[in-house]
Parts: sequence; C-alpha cells; structure tokens
Amino acid sequence: MADMKIGAYICKGCGIEDRLDVGQLVNTAKRDGKAAIGKDHEMLCNAEGVKMIQDDITNEGVTHVVVVGCSRRAKTEAFSFEGVHINRTNIREGVIWVRPDTDEARETTQEMADDYVRMGCAEAKFSKVPASSGEQGLTRSLLVVGGGLAGLTATIEGAKTGYSVELVNASGELGGSSAREYKRIPHKNGLQGPVDNDIDQLIAAVNDNARITVHLNTTITKTDGAPGRFSVELSDGKSLTVGAIVQATGSKPYDMANLPEFSPENPDVMDQGQFEAMVKANNGAIKKSDGSDARNVVFVQCAGQRSEKPGHLPYCSGHCCMTSIKQAHYVKAAGGDATVIFDDLRTPGATGEDFYRSGQEAGVAFSKGEVASVKAAGGALEVGYTDKILAEESTIKADIVVLATGQIPNSGPNPYLPIELAQAKEDKDDALVAKIEAELEVQPQPILNLNYRQGTDLPHLKHGFNDSHFICFPYETRRTGIYAAGPVRRPMDDQQAVEDATGAVLKAIQACENSALGRAAHPRSGDLSFPSFRKDGCTQCKRCTVECPFGAINEDEQGYPQYNEGRCRRCGTCMGACPVRVISFENYSIDTVGQQLKAVDIPDEFDEKPRILVLACENDAYPALDMAGMNRTEYSAFARVVPVRCLGSVNVIWITDALNSGYDGIILLGCQKGDNYQCHFVKGSEMAHIRMSKVDETLKTLNLEKERVGTYEVAITDVDKIPQIINDMEKTIGEIGMSPFKF
Amino acid sequence: MAKKEYSFYPGCSSQSKASADNFMRSANAMCDALDIQLNEIDDWNCCGASIGYAGGSEIPRLSLSARNIALSKQQQGDKDIVAPCAACWIATREAEDRVNENAHVREGINAALGEIGLKVEPNQMPKTRHMVEVLMEDIGIDAIAKGVTNPLEGVKIAGYVGCQTNRPFGIAGESFENPQYLDQMIEACGAEALNRYEKKVSCCSGALMFSEPQKGQALVKDIIEAAYDGGADMIVTPCQLCQMNVESYQRDINKTFKTKFEMPVVYYSQLIALAYGKSASEAALDGQIIRAKKLEEKAK
Amino acid sequence: MSEMNQAMIEKYRSNFLQEVEANVEEGHWVKMCMQCGVCSGSCPMENNWDHPPQELFMMIRANKRDEVLSSSSMWMCTSCYNCIARCPRGLPITHIMHGLASYGKRMGLAPKEQPTVKFGDIFWKSIVENGRVNELKIGVGLYFMNGFVQGIKNALAGKELGLAMMKTKRMNPMEYFGGHKCKDRSGIAKMLAKAAEFEAEHVAKFGK
Repeated sequence: MADMKIGAYICKGCGIEDRLDVGQLVNTAKRDGKAAIGKDHEMLCNAEGVKMIQDDITNEGVTHVVVVGCSRRAKTEAFSFEGVHINRTNIREGVIWVRPDTDEARETTQEMADDYVRMGCAEAKFSKVPASSGEQGLTRSLLVVGGGLAGLTATIEGAKTGYSVELVNASGELGGSSAREYKRIPHKNGLQGPVDNDIDQLIAAVNDNARITVHLNTTITKTDGAPGRFSVELSDGKSLTVGAIVQATGSKPYDMANLPEFSPENPDVMDQGQFEAMVKANNGAIKKSDGSDARNVVFVQCAGQRSEKPGHLPYCSGHCCMTSIKQAHYVKAAGGDATVIFDDLRTPGATGEDFYRSGQEAGVAFSKGEVASVKAAGGALEVGYTDKILAEESTIKADIVVLATGQIPNSGPNPYLPIELAQAKEDKDDALVAKIEAELEVQPQPILNLNYRQGTDLPHLKHGFNDSHFICFPYETRRTGIYAAGPVRRPMDDQQAVEDATGAVLKAIQACENSALGRAAHPRSGDLSFPSFRKDGCTQCKRCTVECPFGAINEDEQGYPQYNEGRCRRCGTCMGACPVRVISFENYSIDTVGQQLKAVDIPDEFDEKPRILVLACENDAYPALDMAGMNRTEYSAFARVVPVRCLGSVNVIWITDALNSGYDGIILLGCQKGDNYQCHFVKGSEMAHIRMSKVDETLKTLNLEKERVGTYEVAITDVDKIPQIINDMEKTIGEIGMSPFKF
Repeated sequence: MAKKEYSFYPGCSSQSKASADNFMRSANAMCDALDIQLNEIDDWNCCGASIGYAGGSEIPRLSLSARNIALSKQQQGDKDIVAPCAACWIATREAEDRVNENAHVREGINAALGEIGLKVEPNQMPKTRHMVEVLMEDIGIDAIAKGVTNPLEGVKIAGYVGCQTNRPFGIAGESFENPQYLDQMIEACGAEALNRYEKKVSCCSGALMFSEPQKGQALVKDIIEAAYDGGADMIVTPCQLCQMNVESYQRDINKTFKTKFEMPVVYYSQLIALAYGKSASEAALDGQIIRAKKLEEKAK
Repeated sequence: MSEMNQAMIEKYRSNFLQEVEANVEEGHWVKMCMQCGVCSGSCPMENNWDHPPQELFMMIRANKRDEVLSSSSMWMCTSCYNCIARCPRGLPITHIMHGLASYGKRMGLAPKEQPTVKFGDIFWKSIVENGRVNELKIGVGLYFMNGFVQGIKNALAGKELGLAMMKTKRMNPMEYFGGHKCKDRSGIAKMLAKAAEFEAEHVAKFGK
C-alpha cells in the first residue's frame, strides 16, 4: 500500500461553527489525529467543499479522508470518493444536536467533538481500502430444486433474464400439486370464480426453453462451494456448476389421521387434496366413495390448524380458505349445497375478497363456527359445531366433509440439530439430549446435501419451514446464494408462491452478479471487505466456524477456517468470536475500533467527567441515535459512540481494554435476539449477549461493579429510549463512583 | 346573482301550521334573500317517510315518490326537484334509483301509476336535490358569506347534521362521519361553530320518538348534553324531524333524566335569513318552543 | 295473510334464505354478509334489540323463519342509515331491516303489541286516506293506540307539548276536522291499491 496520508476536513455548516471552536478541531486532527492535512469549510457538502477534498486526493495524495460534520447516514453521495478510505466523524447529529446550546455546556460539547475527531483519525489510520478477493467468477447459471408451481415459475423467470437454469425434480412429472388441481383460483378478478387450470402451459414453456435443462426423477447428492461457484452432483451422476440455488420443494397436506375427532377413517371424509383429486377424476361431478352423487358438502376450516392442542398445527396455512371457496364452487356448479364453517375467513387482497364474494354470490353458505366432531350418521355424515354468531350448538348433515388440514413444508433436516446434540452431550444435559434425539428420529431426508460445516440443508425458521429473514429480507436465508421460495418457506397460496418464486430467482441472480464482483449480499450490500485470518496466531479453536450465523466458514483438513467469501455477509461475528483476535477485515478490525476507544481523552478521576463507551449496532441503534439528534433529544456529553457492524462483531477485548483505560461505563446496543429476532445477521445479537454474560467475570477480577457494563436490545424506533439508557448510565456512575483505572 | 328556479316538494311537515311551519317561513325569507324561486309541485303527496315501510311494502311505498316525480316532470319538465326535508329527499332519490336499476320494481310502479295516467321512465326523471345541496353547490358557501349584512357574531352554535341529510347519500364531497357544510354555514353567517361536536351525526331516533318515546329521549338527551359540553348557545339542524325531536321533548327529558335542558334548536334557514338582515318574525323565531334569545337579540 | 304465510312455508320448505331473496326488499343481499359486525356497532338502538342485523342474517341462513319474522329487532330501526354507510360489503342493511319487518307483517307474524307496528299502521292509513300526513290525527291516534284510558292519560301528559306547538303555530287544532290533504285522493288510493295488488300477485306466483 502507498504511503498513508490522512486529510481531515471539518465542516462549519449546519450551525457547527456557532457551537464549536472549529479551529481547535483542526488542530486536534493535526496534532492528535496525525492528519497531514487539516482544513475547515463553510459547507463541506457543496460542490466547492467536495472539490476541495477531491483536489487534495488528486494533487496531495491524500489516502484517508476524515469528513468531520454530519452523520455517516447523511450526504453519502456527496462524500463518495473513489479509491480512498472515508471516515465520517459525526459532530452534528452526534454532538451539537444532542447537547444544549448553553454556556455551561460549551466546554463538554467541545470535548465531545475533539474526542470524535481523534477517534475518526484513529479509525482511518488503521483502515485499508478493501479489494475483492477474486475468489469466484461469474456463473450465469441457476439451479432450481422442485418442479411445482413455484419451481417452474423460478425456472422460467430465471431463463427469461438470459440465465441458464437447471431444474431438478424428484418425481417424473412436473407441476407438483398444481397439476392435480381441477381448476385454479384466479390471479385477478376474483369475482369470476374458479378458472381453468393452465399449469400445462407453464410446463410446456419450461420444456420448450433452450436455456432450461430439466432433470426428472433426480435428486441432489452433494452441493459444494459458494455463490458464484457452487458445484452440484446429481443422483444420475451428472455434475453441474451453478452460481446460485432456488429451493422450491413445496409442501404437503397435514395428515388428517392426526385428527380422530373428524372420523378420518370414513371414506367420505377427505382432505382438500383428496377432494380436488376426486372432482378432477369425475370431471366436475361430486361423488361419494360409493360412486353416488353427493348433494351436501361441508367444508371444515382450520381442521387441526391454528390450534395449540397436541397433534395440531399452531399456524395458519394461508391457502385453505381460498381453496375451500374454490371447491365449494365445484359443489354449487354441480347443483349441490356447500357450507363452509370457518372461524376467521382469510382471503387476502382485493382478488381474495372478490373471490369470497363470488362464493357468496354462487350461494355457498358461510357459517362462523368451530367444528367439534364429524360422525357417521344414517348413511351420511353429521358435523357438530358451535355456531359462533348464534351462540348455540348445532349440527349439519353432509354427504362429504372436506377437512382443511393445512400444509407442512417439504424441508430438509434441521442442520443445527446434530450440533445442538453434540453441545447437549458436552453439557451432560440428558433431557435435552433425549429431546434432540427424538427430533432427529423424525427428520426428513436431506435435499441439498450441502458440504457445509454447519449441516446439509437450509436452517429452519419455525415449524419446520425453511429459512427467511422474515422482518427485513424475506427471501434471504442464512445460506447466502441459496433461496427458499414457495410454501417451503412459509405457508402460502398459489399466487403468493408465484410472487415468491419470482422474487427468489431475482435474488439468486443478484447473488451471482454480486459474488462475481466480490460484493456482499445485504444488509451490507456492495461491501468489498471480507474476513481474513493470521494463520500463525490461530489455535484452531473452531469458535468462528461454529458461531458464523451463515455457515460460511468451513474447516480444512488441519482444522483451520476456510472463509468462502461468497457466503460471507461481513457481519464480523467471527471477529467478535475469535479469542486470539487473528480475524480482521481491511476496514474493520480489532484495531479500527480498539484504537478509537483508546484515542478518547480520559480526564482525571477528580475532574468528575466520566467516559461512557457506547458500541452501537449500525443497523438500528446508530440510526436511532441520529434520529434522537434530529429530534434534539439531549443525552450525556460523556458518551462516546462507536458504530459496529453488528453486536456480534464486538470482541471482548474492546470491553477489557476500555475498562483498563479508565472508561466508567460501557453500553452495548444491539437488535432484538431470540425467536422473534430483529438482528440483521440473525444470530449476532444473541452471540453478543452470550459473550457479555461472561464479562461479569472480567469485572470481578478488575474489582469493578457489574453495573458498569450493560447490553441492551433496542430497535430503530427507540429514539427516546436510547438517550435514556445513556443518561441512566451517567446517573449510575454518579452513584457508584468513577472508575479507579484512570492514569 | 341571477334568479335560480326549482320545482319544489315541501313535504308534509313544511305545510302551513304543521310541525315545521317555522322552517318554511324562514326558508321563504332565506330564498328571497338568496334570489331562489321555488315552484311547488301541484298536488304533491307524502313520500311515505322512513316509517312508511311498516304499513306499505316496497312497491306501494315507492309509488308515492314516483307519483311526485311524474307530476313534477309533467308540470315543470326536467327542472330539479328541491326537497327541504331529508326523508322526502332520500325517499324520492331511492325511488328514482330503484326505477333506474330494478326492472321488476319499475314494472310495478308503472302499473300503479297507470291507474292515474302517469308513468316514469328510467334515466329520464328530474333530479331530486336537498335544499342544502342547492345552497352548497348552486350558490356556494363563499357567495353566501359574501351577502351577509348582519353577522351573528358571538353566538356559539352546535351544528347537528343528524342522519338522513348525511346518509345514505349525503352532500357530495362530505364524509359520513364528520361532514363540514353545516359548520361552514354557521361560520358564513358570522357565528361560531362548535369545533368538535361529538353527536354531530348521531341519531335523534327519527320516527321512533313517537312509538318508542323512552328510547328516543335517551338518544336526544346525549345530543343536547354534547352541545352543552361544547359550550353551545344553541343547536342548528337541517332536518325537520331532528328539530322537532331535539327541541320539543326537552321538557319530558328533563323530567325523566332530572336534567335542566333549555337548549334552543333552530334551522340553518333561520340563521341565513337573520344574517341577511331579515327580521325575527320573517326568520320565524316566534316558532321556537324554546326561544333562541341570542338570535332574537341579533335580529334586525 | 296467514294463508299466504302457509303458502310460502310450503313453497320454500326449509330454505328461508331463498324465500328472503325472493320476497324481501333487497333480500338478495343477505348472503353477502361477512359477519364482521360493523352494523351492530353502528346502530343507535344497540341496547334495544334482541338480534343485531348480522345475527338476523345468520338466523336467515340457519332457517330460523319464525324467530326472524316475528322478531321485534327490525322494528327498532330508526332509519339512521349508519349501517349502510359503514357496511364494508355495501349491504343496504336499513332497507333489508325495513323489508324483513314489512314481510313479517304481511305474513301475519309481526309482534302484535309492538308500538312501532301500530304506529306504522296509523301513519300509513293517514297517507292512504289523505295523500298527506295529518300530524294531529297521527298524534291523537298514537295516544289512543293502547286503548281509551291509556289514551286519555297520554293526551294529558302530552298536553303541554300540544299547547306549545299550537302557540308557535306549528299545530292547528282544526287539522283534526280536515286539514291538509291531496286533491286527487281517490287517484292515490287507486294507485296504492294497484301497487299492493301487483306485489301480492307476484309473491304468490313467482316470489317478489
């Protein structure tokens, strides 16, 4: 790397000049920050200010630009210089907007700004401009697993963009459950009622497309590599190289044998799939099992669904209400009577609402109620239910009863079970060992057969459905470059599956193109930095390979980590995990943060000016602090905020170093963890909480109060709560006293 | 302003010495001030009102309104019919809609009208409009405000829109939950409209005040109470039945609920007449059972 | 009308919804209710009925013919149209309530002592006789609809209101002996008779 030259540029605009001694900030940058160039400007983000910086880069050889002014989240386009490291030191949202404009506050506000200038320069000093590893090339080929509606859609949509697509289907026929439908629900104009099943057109389009190769009666025996360079082996011995994968393995109906109260053994009690097949086989006629015509058909919604009873599904399967309306239409068209007994009829969207109306207009009876039993009675069936509008017990006779039993996903096995089992055995937790072993018994066969350190298939989110970052990035799984689409991801109907598959295939294409450029997928989309490790310091402890939320890191034969840049999401959880601190990114490392916290001026114990280190997640906590600034919500002048990529990247050494150098309090701000996580990197916040729970030991050895370190789960909306947390820490320090570690 | 002319369907309550006699007298004064000419339909009949369904079913009831439409068309061509009573207005509009949309109803109505040599044809009937529509749409609130010579300053008024002037048809562009036109009229006349009148569009019990007086009075009590809560000097309404129900049963309500209500209830037409310089008697303030003293003081 | 009632029972057997669709004003809308209950929450008489509209609709589907047609719930309708304004499905609920009440009455099932049923008769009679409403006669009729003794009591209780109305020229005692009426009263009576006849014939033959 060429000689480092730091240029620090302090903006005087937005009221900064009125509140701070800008000349002193320039001096601080030069003297403490070792900036070769220190300048101020009336309004740094205007064309003239930007030109001033660009000229210094071009003519003076500045390699590290420290822009001192507004937050990193503002004016990103103005301050985007090619080929140099850019630090954004935040003295607007982070200093003048959160401090009162009073004479008493002037001194501490200036100290705050001076510290941030030192921190910015320190961060710059230890950063490099990242360059892609060039680990993978551009592979414009996709693998789609599963040939149902979602898989076919992903395949055809992928091919339309010019990519070649390999479609692998376990059975000998394409179309999945859609091919077994008599008619389908319309995608628009719900008032028209059911429309002709046109899946054969989609199948023909896939078969006729030159960019598509269909592999029938085929499964996957091994998947290796990373986005941009997956190598896939098939059961027929063929090998493929693809850039990304869409898994659309669909769902199956929940087995009604689990619902004895509805007489599942009676041949005229059917699930929706069986009823559909019967109507299709009879070309629209509604026949009982003995071949006679059925007049009355009763549809039981939420049969064994949305229920906490043992043997029932706790969730809503999304499609069944619409499916029952469609099937009730068959009954009305054949001249019979159809009654749908529902608790909440869920027909989302304008089309769904209109489709519901179409059923009502056709004369389908809809009764709000809860079905308790289905029994054989005098050659027919009797449905016992509670009428929830009339608040009475009621019965209705039926020739056929259709149970809406919902859908369960065709997922691979939960990849984390073996890892959890090993951990449980290590912990000698016998009850947990037994529970996991029982779960392992009923795990399905692997589908993708990933050759990953963290298991053969996509992680499960809930109830066996495959992964999705359900809040922020619904298509994104924890296996970069592999996307779940359709009802294997969450319960859904046909139309949602089509949209899902279209979205997933676009994500797959994006993954191919990004990885070819060495760029990260979101949330750090476009990031070129990637982790590397110093091999001579590595102890092969496997902490990084186990804790990576994305299964990105494999192990080589000697047990050293293999990073697989394409799978990496750049969160830094591995860096936070590493006990020997050998993992780093070019522009984010133990030093880029560690040197910042050391650059802060720690006043003497008797100055009564404590220092509070705030490590704030850049995704939620840091923007919330910016917003607090925009709202002019004041917080302590003793706080020094350092944004981190994820709380998972926080290495305990930073905490220890901060305590040792005299910080009086430390606050860690991350996202919600656990089942309803909001962490952008899924597990990062959780990892941080586990690690920080062990910091108590460190505090004890240093003879410090445990209140000095706090870890919090916050959201981007906690604009008032976060300043409060900081102020509370100042108060706590006031009560327990200053740190004795000030030198 | 050029003179505006309409076919006029006054309705039963607006007849001389009927319950809304004071409305009609003030409306005449208002129309005179605003240069509106109302040509009464000769031999018009009752619309059936909202209770007509009880004695007369669909076709007989709608025939009543169809007769009025047919008479107006025969006498005054396609001139808009103006009804000042909400029940008359919506009954006539409903008949028009039903004749336009429902062939069976149309057949029945024309069979009935045939007995007296009349006929209605779909989409060829004159439009029926509420008096308020004439004021808001044909004249406009700005023009009304402009002509005010005697602003009713210092009078605080709860604008009680009620039901049928507001639903199901309502005045174009207004919301069902919080229509603004009546408040705008109050302000145009120089008075102060209650900012948030909670019972603005609540029901006065309509015709049920006669058959179910206890139930009706309970509803009216809330309407008056909310006006007091907002500090109103009086209530103004566009509806004849609302006026009657809210004003004239206050004595009974006071007895039942131990209240001390004495809340005047006036018509918008009275406000406008006064604001345009008409006298207390021209504005029919002598028609109030509970005297609107604050208005009497303002009258020229 | 009980003959008609019997005929209808036989004609529609156990399908009251079909009967309502055929014979009740705007009855074809009943099946479109989605049981959200916004009508119930919007009704000013919510403390006074046995069955809210959406429940009546459910009872129709559940074939509770007698319970529906003899219910007093529809007779509680004040015609405020709030349910129509708010129904997310656009059902003309007010009209359906009126239609059910009217149909129940024609079938001879409406509650006999229900005050609004009686008031409705008095009101309609005034129209049929005069073409216009005679407010005084209706008022007096109302007082006496529950018998002579109760009528005198009512009249005395309402005396002050009557005096106030007269004083403000909003009631004319002479109205009782004539008063406002249409010129072509016989024509109106003929028209109404023909309309009723048309309706009855239709119901008997085809429904509606």
